[in-house]
Amino acid sequence: MTGPDAVFPRADALAKAVGAERYSADVTPPGCLWAGVRRAGVAHALITGLDVAAARATPGVVAVLTRRDVPGTNRQGIVHKDQPVLCGERVRHRGDPVALVLAESREALALALSRIDAAFSPLPGVFEPAAALDRDAPYVHPEHPDGNLLAYGLVEKGDAPTALADCAVTVSGEYHTPMQDHVFLELPNGTARLTPAGVLDMVVSTQAPFRDRFEIAHALGLNPWTIRVRAPYLGGGFGGKDGATVQCLLALAALNAGGRWVKMVWDREETFLAGYKRHAAVMRVTLGADADGTLRALTGSLLFDAGPYAHLSGEIMALALEHAGGPYRIPHTRLEGSCAYTNNPVGGAFRGFGVLQSSFAIERLMDALATRLGRDPAGLRLQNALGRGEPNAIGVTPEPGAGAAECLTAVLAHPAWTERAAWKRQAPPFTRRGVGVTCMQNAMGYGRGLPDAAAAKLELTKQGTFRIYNSVPDMGQGNASAFVTMAAQALHQSPEAFALIQPDTRHCLPAGSSSASRTTFTFGNALLGACRAMEAKLRARAALALLCDDPARLILSPGLVTDPATGAAVPLARLGALLPRDDRLCVDQFVMAVVENPPDTGRQFKLGFPHRFYSHGACLCAVEVDELTGRVRLGRCVVSVACGRVLSLEGVTQQVQGAAAQGIGLALFEDPALENGCMGAGDLSRYLIPTALDLPDIDCLIVADDEPTGPLGLRGMGEVGIHGPGPAIAQALFDAAGLHVTRLPVTPEDLLSALGGPE
Amino acid sequence: MSATIRLQLTLNGVATSLDVRPGRRAIDVLRDDLGLTAAKESCGSGECGACSILVNGEVRLSCLMLAAQLDGKDVVTAEGLGTAAAPHPVQAAFAAHGAVQCGYCTPGMTVAAVDLLARQPDPDREQVRRALSGNLCRCTGYGKIVDAVLAAAKTMAEEKS
Repeated sequence: MTGPDAVFPRADALAKAVGAERYSADVTPPGCLWAGVRRAGVAHALITGLDVAAARATPGVVAVLTRRDVPGTNRQGIVHKDQPVLCGERVRHRGDPVALVLAESREALALALSRIDAAFSPLPGVFEPAAALDRDAPYVHPEHPDGNLLAYGLVEKGDAPTALADCAVTVSGEYHTPMQDHVFLELPNGTARLTPAGVLDMVVSTQAPFRDRFEIAHALGLNPWTIRVRAPYLGGGFGGKDGATVQCLLALAALNAGGRWVKMVWDREETFLAGYKRHAAVMRVTLGADADGTLRALTGSLLFDAGPYAHLSGEIMALALEHAGGPYRIPHTRLEGSCAYTNNPVGGAFRGFGVLQSSFAIERLMDALATRLGRDPAGLRLQNALGRGEPNAIGVTPEPGAGAAECLTAVLAHPAWTERAAWKRQAPPFTRRGVGVTCMQNAMGYGRGLPDAAAAKLELTKQGTFRIYNSVPDMGQGNASAFVTMAAQALHQSPEAFALIQPDTRHCLPAGSSSASRTTFTFGNALLGACRAMEAKLRARAALALLCDDPARLILSPGLVTDPATGAAVPLARLGALLPRDDRLCVDQFVMAVVENPPDTGRQFKLGFPHRFYSHGACLCAVEVDELTGRVRLGRCVVSVACGRVLSLEGVTQQVQGAAAQGIGLALFEDPALENGCMGAGDLSRYLIPTALDLPDIDCLIVADDEPTGPLGLRGMGEVGIHGPGPAIAQALFDAAGLHVTRLPVTPEDLLSALGGPE
Repeated sequence: MSATIRLQLTLNGVATSLDVRPGRRAIDVLRDDLGLTAAKESCGSGECGACSILVNGEVRLSCLMLAAQLDGKDVVTAEGLGTAAAPHPVQAAFAAHGAVQCGYCTPGMTVAAVDLLARQPDPDREQVRRALSGNLCRCTGYGKIVDAVLAAAKTMAEEKS
């Protein structure tokens, strides 16, 4: 493992470390205009008046735009187009935009926004998804045929109700996971202008530049081919920049800026208010087993709070159902899912994409079953872990690979587990310690119904170096660097011989979004195809120069193509200088394989169901509870992962540690304090993400694995690590303090009441 | 609004004169006017540390300062610590130890780490964590950042001896 890392450190690290990398937010063209929006500030209301005269009259203001100024459908959304660019009649959550201002300076913009006089007639709101589905609940979209039911799905296998009735033991629970904010550090932002040639030229912090064109074009009535989107390195995304943030508003501003550059940056409070969130979920589930612990049946329902707009709620809920059985062998399942429209913040994609929610439920049920049977939670999981070639909870047999059992076994061999008894005995006064271990799984790719595709372009430059035209944004996960590593290995060149062009819809070839643990797998495979074409080309062209009648025997080495028969060599720089540009380009494409014979279930899901490839893991959390304050300190965290072959140990470790940190944040710190559609924790002084003092060093264990269809044998793993900490901390808190955790985040009050502490 | 004041400061080692409107923040002048974009804005309220700069050798949050407060000061941004060709040992260690993912917090982190190592050249892990606790990172879980700062401390001690 140390070999590859020693040779290939992350190519982007140093430029970022010295502050030289230019993110979207760092682009501020001289003399650019500043754009911003006035947000509703009320959760559900009719707009009865919008007086923008004072804002328009503010010195430095160039334009104030309202719904009437929006061409096109005024509807944005990735699949389901139900979110207005600017609201004209009704607002459906506090972050809805009602007016857009363009100004000469930030200061003029802020002043003008404060002078917009919006009048609202409040409507009754719905803030609980269960209440939203009541027949007499106020409707968020009165025209929606199913009322507040945005999406429904059912997955089943076998006959779960009958099997459950026959089980020797059943356990049930209602589990809650919270809304979560991404808190990417680079705020949503972009810069745009309308060029004299009529091209809308945009630089945006986005996970999906190619799809953005269509979303903007649909919303604003434009030709998508006149929109150019560039996506520099992102300062974090985690799903929150998958789908329009600033895009449509910024494009609208640019259309009204007389050809000048316009910049839009949401501030942090605005991002809490208007940005997408992980869906809060309520899961009522029942698990049945034989007396010896063999799982028999799982039933239940999952309810997701979609907020007022669809985003990918249905697709997220589908993935939750697909993962609801965990990485366990359960012959009979029946699970329903619903997404409810509410007037809460907008639910959307977030690392773990529904899987985090249902993982918490099944892992909590496994613990409840272990308690009921007097079993060790780890042993019960090993007994029921899904093996290679066995169908999962929805009847799909995933591609074979190392699974939950191997991952759990790795964690159980770690000293944090084997020496846990001694560690617990050494707890300081007024402190209780406990340890928990749970399993994780996460599918890779979009799933059936839409191609998980990428096209890659590779250029030999005139100087004999190479240029990779990356099509999938790097939001920090390191795919760009991985592409350099892959191409360098494939073409037997030094990584320094490669420059990487970041996604630009003008110069790069189309690819799907940076999401779904798919980025490195899908584009990587396309790029390796382009590398094979390049290698064949370089051999064939070098054969001409070397008078070699057998190009296959030529050997690529750094900067050279050599004929081993004669010892003669031609430098790549010479080939680059000789070849015309068309002949210096190689392209290829890749589409991820899907489940070939999908089970006849989940019929409601047209897109993104089911999945063929899974990565696995296991997680240990060791907690320390202060008996006097109820405060929980995470003492140790160990995460194992099986994700095919490891191209970069550093890269895998980074993803595992970062994902675990976000899972820990959700479990212990990040309380949105949502009330009547308003996030009580609407800034970073109240919404607390873990600091350097809140997290232990996180150990990462790699489980030997291989994915034969993956680029250099790897499988996607950017998400899987987020699922472990929530349930592992919950199990550890039961071990430490007898607390039955059913709801995250866990609060000190929960602990104090479990400990029977001070009233 | 149009009246400006003149500031004289040393910016990344260079004597600099700036004319700015009095209400403007230090971070906006650095980023928008001077193109020094290493310092990032992520919260605008002093919670995240991404905008950290050194003022007279001590770490300060440029989103909470008016540009006028830089008058007469010695100001160093992450650009002034080093470059890709000649990185500061802290910057080199961040790159070498996997402490950089999205990298948006990194310039602020390195500035805070340089401030720490000036005061405490041989910190332990806990001291590093404490010193960086005002700088949020959402990507790494902090472990590799702590590794990097400790490695930089070692390198800097060796360079001194």
